[in-house]
Amino acid sequence: MQEFLQQVLSGIASGAIYASLALALVLIYNAMGLVNFAQGEMAMLATFLAFTLIEHGVSYWIALPITILVAFAGGIVIQRVVIRPVERAPVLTLVIVTLGLATLINGLAGFLFGYLPRSFPSPFSVQTVSIFGAAASYQDLGVIGVSAVVLVLVYLLLQRTTLGLAMRAAAHHPEASRLLGVRVSWMLALGWGLASAVGAVSGIMVAPILLLEPNMMQTVVIYAFAAAVLGGIDSPLGAVIGGLIIGVTVNLAGAYAPGVGGDLQLAVAFAIIIAVLVLKPNGLLGRRATRRA
Amino acid sequence: MALLELDGVRAGYGQTRVLHGVSLSVGEGDVVALLGANGAGKTTTLRAITGGVRWDGIINFGGRSLRRATTESIVRMGIAHVPEGRGVLTELTVEENLRLGAYLRRGGDGLAKDYDRVFGYFPILRERRKLSASTLSGGEQQMLALARALLMKPKLLLLDEPSLGLAPLVVRSIFDIIRAINESDRVAVLLVEQNARLALELSTHAYVLEVGRVAVEGESAKLKTEESVRRSYLGY
Repeated sequence: MQEFLQQVLSGIASGAIYASLALALVLIYNAMGLVNFAQGEMAMLATFLAFTLIEHGVSYWIALPITILVAFAGGIVIQRVVIRPVERAPVLTLVIVTLGLATLINGLAGFLFGYLPRSFPSPFSVQTVSIFGAAASYQDLGVIGVSAVVLVLVYLLLQRTTLGLAMRAAAHHPEASRLLGVRVSWMLALGWGLASAVGAVSGIMVAPILLLEPNMMQTVVIYAFAAAVLGGIDSPLGAVIGGLIIGVTVNLAGAYAPGVGGDLQLAVAFAIIIAVLVLKPNGLLGRRATRRA
Repeated sequence: MALLELDGVRAGYGQTRVLHGVSLSVGEGDVVALLGANGAGKTTTLRAITGGVRWDGIINFGGRSLRRATTESIVRMGIAHVPEGRGVLTELTVEENLRLGAYLRRGGDGLAKDYDRVFGYFPILRERRKLSASTLSGGEQQMLALARALLMKPKLLLLDEPSLGLAPLVVRSIFDIIRAINESDRVAVLLVEQNARLALELSTHAYVLEVGRVAVEGESAKLKTEESVRRSYLGY
């Protein structure tokens, strides 16, 4: 039982990371009707920035907010420079653009930092504390705590502020929002900035576990896709719930299902994606098309 | 000087030209009707005014050219446009829709009073304010769109077929409220309508479009009584 609780808890910790990245995917999906295939790579590059800062003696708790701010600005710049010129292009063009962006960022990181895996510092000790008899590591609890703070802040921004309201309006109804005086194009850019910032947090949280290198996020982003699809690709809350479910499921499958471990855990994520698409394409909280004349 | 002035406005979508030189004007506090058959260019005229379609010619609002203005900045000058299909944001709640109406306003300037007035016109919106706007009926959505436009405190209100798809009784009450809004706030109204009879009752001046041009214009009271105009253009 204790081991089971431990597995659930570390599943929640990975789930919190997937949830952050899945939320980033959902934010951009809502802003442009498309998944951003470069989301993981953007997070990876931001993590390298944090790494460089920490290496130069900046404290972790200062490097974290700096990186989040830079990632936010970077997301806006990418939207303005790369995405905006093609925003009216067909979906396939946009897919290719974000895939190209992913390749570009990956190559850039390789060029700047090399492909040698580096260990990324964690501010949380690997020591454990007992919760209901289960040994919970401070590392896991720290990841859960930081992710929770970020997710709550995003929730408050989107649901409780006028700016968040305008961002949601611009994402769902650009034409009607323009007629209300909302600067739609800037709201979409802010959406990219926000997504980039949230994604950066997931990169920084996962780096101490996975080792930092340019391909670090490639499996993480698949779990995040699974989480976003499970939660309903357009639902921020769904992304968070989906992330937690994926994290726990994958972790338990790895621990208890015979033969599922290591890379095969990824197969669990794919199985979940396929099952959701077949059985409930809108996901848990996705929007059903309801419309009245 | 007229509040809104269009002179020789041509516009279209891609290769298709819809407006072939529309000229009209709306004075401060006026209610002007824009009539005509389907496809005559009524909606396109409104879309040109708020920058939703490419156009050339002259469009001036309050003496300023709208030539290079974006939709957002035109709205900021004081034009509220309730588009075809009402432009209700169905992803959001009724209250959030109304808050977006007040999006450009600073809190203090009588906003609370305006909310009271809007809920006075449309008490149903107060009851339903926590609900998703997608749950409203067609008439209620039209009320929401009007209420939201009112919170924008516009100088000019562009209404695109407010009667579309609504029961006659609902249409009647919505037109009464449009009249009340015009009278109490001196908001000018440019009203696009298929229902010519109602529109001519409400308006002081009217233009009839035919394939992208103004075919007839004049005082609404006069147009109403001219048999030939009624028969050939207004269809009643």
